[in-house]
Amino acid sequence: MIAIVDYGVGNLFSLSSSLRTLGVEAEVTRDPGRLRAAGRIILPGVGAFGDAAKKLAEAGLPPVIQAEAARKPLLGICLGMQLLFDKSFEYGEHPGLGLVPGQVVSLREDLADRSLKVPHMGWNSLDVVRNDPLFKYFRDGEYVYYVHSFYAKDCDVSTLGTSRYGNVSVTGAVRSGNVWGTQFHPEKSGDAGLRLLRAFAEL
Amino acid sequence: MLARRIIPCLDVKDGRVVKGTNFQGLRDMADPVEMARFYNASGADELVFYDITASAEGRRLFTDILRRVASEIFIPLTVGGGIRTLEDFDRVLKCGADKVSVNSGAIADPGLIAAAAKRYGDQCVVLSMDVKRVDGRFRLFAKGGREDTGLDAMEWAVSGVAGGAGEIVLNSIDTDGVRQGFDLEMLDELAGRVNVPVIASGGAGNMEHFAELFAHPGVDAGLAASIFHSRQVEIPALKMFLSGRGIPMRV
Repeated sequence: MIAIVDYGVGNLFSLSSSLRTLGVEAEVTRDPGRLRAAGRIILPGVGAFGDAAKKLAEAGLPPVIQAEAARKPLLGICLGMQLLFDKSFEYGEHPGLGLVPGQVVSLREDLADRSLKVPHMGWNSLDVVRNDPLFKYFRDGEYVYYVHSFYAKDCDVSTLGTSRYGNVSVTGAVRSGNVWGTQFHPEKSGDAGLRLLRAFAEL
Repeated sequence: MLARRIIPCLDVKDGRVVKGTNFQGLRDMADPVEMARFYNASGADELVFYDITASAEGRRLFTDILRRVASEIFIPLTVGGGIRTLEDFDRVLKCGADKVSVNSGAIADPGLIAAAAKRYGDQCVVLSMDVKRVDGRFRLFAKGGREDTGLDAMEWAVSGVAGGAGEIVLNSIDTDGVRQGFDLEMLDELAGRVNVPVIASGGAGNMEHFAELFAHPGVDAGLAASIFHSRQVEIPALKMFLSGRGIPMRV
């Protein structure tokens, strides 16, 4: 069973539906007992980092997720991926879960071309920089769907895939031990995204 | 590199997809769930559903359809039509919509965009505008293009983005249904005024029109209905054609 962490951030409809389509048993929960019982965990999320980190803390979940990440595959998606890092500079400075080394910074500040739009929203090709079981059914350069204004950097050792946006190499997918993350939304990335989720379910 | 997007638009009335020409003379086309499957398999980058039903029964049918589409189609879904309150946002988001498009509802309540952006994020709020030239100016129209609001469309767009709209769909009433190409002049004017993605709507008649459209760097996506529904233009062929012209496409 895959536990989808429900901490009041984001719309879990598509993620639940996509796992159901793949024939993977999934449960939307914030119960620490269910997270411990799960074979895998997905940490979703949209919105602002500080707000999401606060809600996760209010639900008492950071220590549970940190402990379980040592035992089973964990996948953070979009803001859920950003939460895996050491810290974020989105409207202030906020500590993350510290499961993947690196930090989350403003995309706007790093873009040389001011005419490029932020959020980085739409389909971008994901260039695989390190092969990984997560890409078992994924072809290098396939398009995935992004919506975000901040991105992870200083995380080269963990980076699995990147997407080019202007002068910035956007961190698209990361891995550190049992912990994976995608900045893009696999549950919105069509067939390529479903194949990625299938690979995660088989890890 | 970010791809330009091709977006089919499905106008749904009483559970069926319809498409008007110049907003009049609706004719029934097909089942929305079947069509969503077809477009997903064809490589559509996103789907837009407009609920053009007035009745409560029609609205219930629409949300059922939306839930069915969102359960099996895993690309972004934008929903519009009759969105007037935060409760309307909530209703369609719970059915699996990713973005919500507001038009007349934002004109009736200019605070709606800011309230929705604050609750759901800018990326969730799409400002849809029906625009027509009146006395040489771009004028904003309401109620499906039937009512002249007297407002300057470009100023309306700028204030919508300032309020938190994360994307704009610009539908030119002047070119809609005529199939002579998108309203490039109107689109350029808008793209020069806002820094959010601009989706062009109204006027697509053939593949060449999309190539002309994407020669304009400020336009992110092209939206059309009847030319796709009639299969006069097939999306896989369109994307191959545009890709061959050097336009970044998800193929």
